Amino acid sequence: MKRRIKLNNGIINADADPIRRLIDVLRYDLQVTGTKDGCGEGACGACSIILNGECVNSCIILFGQIEDGDEILTVEGLLKDGKLSRLQESFVKNGAVHCGACIPGMLLSATALLNKNLKPTDEEIKDSISGNLCRCTGYGKIIKAIRECI
Amino acid sequence: MKSVGKNIPRLDGYDKVTGKVKYVDDIDIPDCWRGEVVRSDIPYGRIKKINFDKAFDWDKVMTCTYKDIPGKNATIFLSDDQPILAENLVKHVGEAIVLIAAPSASKALEAKKHITIEYDTLDSVLSIEDSRKRKNVIFGKDNIQAKYKIEKGDVKKGFAEADFIVEGEYRTGFHEHAYIETQGMAAIPRPDGGLTVTGSLQCPYYVLKTLKSALLLDETKINVVQAPMGGAFGGKEDYPSLLGMYVALLSIKSGKPVKIIYSRDEDIVVTTKRHPSIVTHKTGVKKDGTITAMEIDVAFEGGAYSTLSPVVLSRGVIHSAGAYKCENTFCTANCYATNNVPTGAFRGFGAPQVFYALEMHIDKVAERIGMSPHEFRLKNCVEVGDRLSTTQLLKESVGAKECLEKVLSAADFGKKWRNNLDTCAFKHLRTKKGIGLSLYMHGGAFTGSGEGMKSEAGLRLNKDGTISVLTGCTDMGQGSHTVLPQIAAESLGVPAALVNTAVPDTAVVPDSGPTVASRTTMIIGSILVRCAEKMKKKLPDLKKRDVKELLKTYYSEHGELKIIERYILPPEIKWDQEKHCGDAYPVYSWAADVAEVSVDAETFEVSVDKLTVAVDVGRAVNPVLVEGQMEGGTLQALGWALMEDCIYKNGKPVNNRFQTYIIPTAKDAPEWKTIIVEKPFSYGPFGAKGIGELPLDGGAPAIANAIYNATGLRITSLPITPEKLYSLYEEKNKIK
Repeated sequence: MKRRIKLNNGIINADADPIRRLIDVLRYDLQVTGTKDGCGEGACGACSIILNGECVNSCIILFGQIEDGDEILTVEGLLKDGKLSRLQESFVKNGAVHCGACIPGMLLSATALLNKNLKPTDEEIKDSISGNLCRCTGYGKIIKAIRECI
Repeated sequence: MKSVGKNIPRLDGYDKVTGKVKYVDDIDIPDCWRGEVVRSDIPYGRIKKINFDKAFDWDKVMTCTYKDIPGKNATIFLSDDQPILAENLVKHVGEAIVLIAAPSASKALEAKKHITIEYDTLDSVLSIEDSRKRKNVIFGKDNIQAKYKIEKGDVKKGFAEADFIVEGEYRTGFHEHAYIETQGMAAIPRPDGGLTVTGSLQCPYYVLKTLKSALLLDETKINVVQAPMGGAFGGKEDYPSLLGMYVALLSIKSGKPVKIIYSRDEDIVVTTKRHPSIVTHKTGVKKDGTITAMEIDVAFEGGAYSTLSPVVLSRGVIHSAGAYKCENTFCTANCYATNNVPTGAFRGFGAPQVFYALEMHIDKVAERIGMSPHEFRLKNCVEVGDRLSTTQLLKESVGAKECLEKVLSAADFGKKWRNNLDTCAFKHLRTKKGIGLSLYMHGGAFTGSGEGMKSEAGLRLNKDGTISVLTGCTDMGQGSHTVLPQIAAESLGVPAALVNTAVPDTAVVPDSGPTVASRTTMIIGSILVRCAEKMKKKLPDLKKRDVKELLKTYYSEHGELKIIERYILPPEIKWDQEKHCGDAYPVYSWAADVAEVSVDAETFEVSVDKLTVAVDVGRAVNPVLVEGQMEGGTLQALGWALMEDCIYKNGKPVNNRFQTYIIPTAKDAPEWKTIIVEKPFSYGPFGAKGIGELPLDGGAPAIANAIYNATGLRITSLPITPEKLYSLYEEKNKIK
């Protein structure tokens, strides 16, 4: 199945079996490996991406669900002209990053939140990342990093 | 100071927030085959037959059994009882029997379905109790993988002097590491005929040791490289020696690069867990709060093979009497074999279990004599000049009391504790508040004279004027590869930006010992201080303005400069391993926690509102990273205390998924208050001690004690689920 999609900052043609998971198409076919596979069943959020403005788990979406013209944002697309986004910078500065495995998904959940809600409360921040498991931090530094970008 | 004590952002931060960092599954290896493992699905039995389906096309599929291992079929740890691949006996569910590699993951998975194993099942032993009473003997003569006894003073005399004797039994279950990146490794043939093994692993030299012994190759033919790790927490200490062998065997036999990446469910079934425990306490106490005797028995479940259990048990029993003054202590410990998955290293390494028991028990003892938990701890807390249960004299760097005082005051403990005491109110309120306390410590580095093994680390001047730290210790997320350059930069007197850490590759870096035991900052850091002293003597004056240019010029004139030094154990350390007596650790880090909880009076659900944590780390080389360890370790303890429940049925975990094995989310996390206390250790780099494991030791009992304060319900087995609280509440009310 062929699809013409917007992936991060470019338009690409992707060709894959429709029953292939979107995460596998991204990671193995397109070599965009920033997106992580933590559980394979939509429980950990390591594979979070932004699809047409919504944060979704790419491990439970099949390539067949993708349509021409869809827009996908992965962690690689957060870098603009070689510069870190405010969230990326804040994560590093605040010690929100430890092992890093949850970070791509965490950043995309936070990006989706701030795209929609300019002034989220702490509860809204927690809600937005509650589907992203982190085993290293106590979440406090991640919440602080997001709060500082409001 | 310019580098030490500064919040330098982690050096791998940029690569991690941009997705550029390449974990093992992200590395694109051309023509790489994928591996699968055929495993035992019974807990104990003899292998009768391995059937390879004749109808399946085995062309283009490579398989290996133990017969393909040229050398010793064992992982090399304390004892060599764990086979790499089962020969004729399987001792736990998930034990590897046949390895498969194929050009694609789907082909390997397909092949797996065409291999079946026939067994004669044997009578399995699946609990500490069954192992203790020798339902069947599955290990040695008596199922005991390790045993210790620690004696100080005379407990008989101590109990005779006591006004009260308080007893208790405390239990904990398996605990899953749940690192976000599952275990994965790859073996890649080298152009010179050798083999590179890489992956998510804490201890490159551990893996190398097993590879050398099993493959009969020397280090010129094989090298192990650590790939960036997506969390480990001890779970990638011993297990990668097995996985490394799987990919190496398949790669050697097929001539192809081979990668194995575990799925989450496979990872939870087959990799190590924290040891389940039963700890019993008998404590003699006087009316004035003096502890006259402590008798403690520690029982751990070691699972099917001994792996690291003897040292986990040792650390457990050494910490079991905690940070209290007591003249008479008697501690016994046994690790029992079962036909469950081998238990291994997990952050805390035996200490969280004993502190859960001790710190709940201490509250019970204080209550018996009518003292508050904080006054009792303040009275009995060790200070410089006191001796621990191993008779170790505490000479310096004892911040226990200061940590205790600081958390008590920051959380306003005494007032809140008294206000919450009326547990009768529990059922009349929608939610009931509670506050609980724990005091604990963690010995830094290896037990006893373990650090006498002379670990090596070094510094190397590079062509571009930068300096690299050379160490076999790895960064699994804890931040050591930012902290070690900070220590080196400070010692050399160069800007931190000039120092980095070389990729841990056994062909390049020396054997620094494993990345375990909260030892990296303290042990490797102190070797680096000595390396820096030597390097400074060779280099020109580094106080000049453009240090990088100066170093570049030095390199172009003199070539590479590399200094490797060995760790020197402080000479006064004396340890009798046989009696478990003397200086158990070079130094301890100390801590105290206050947990504040709300218990829902209808559903019995517990939420932790706030955790106040104070730690004495000697010197915080990077305070933000120290806070990160404090918060992260304590949240793991919160998960263990309240929700993480490994349910096993006939040796098999039932909840081997993230949908069913629940770990804390952002919604479960409390408000944090972290307090860093710095009582420097004279042999630590700039006074620094260990921090990695300590924060997991004290969270669970503080939460359990807070729940007791709220409800009057003392739950003595983890996790403290709403079901357990409800049952105990019902039981208590029936009696009334």
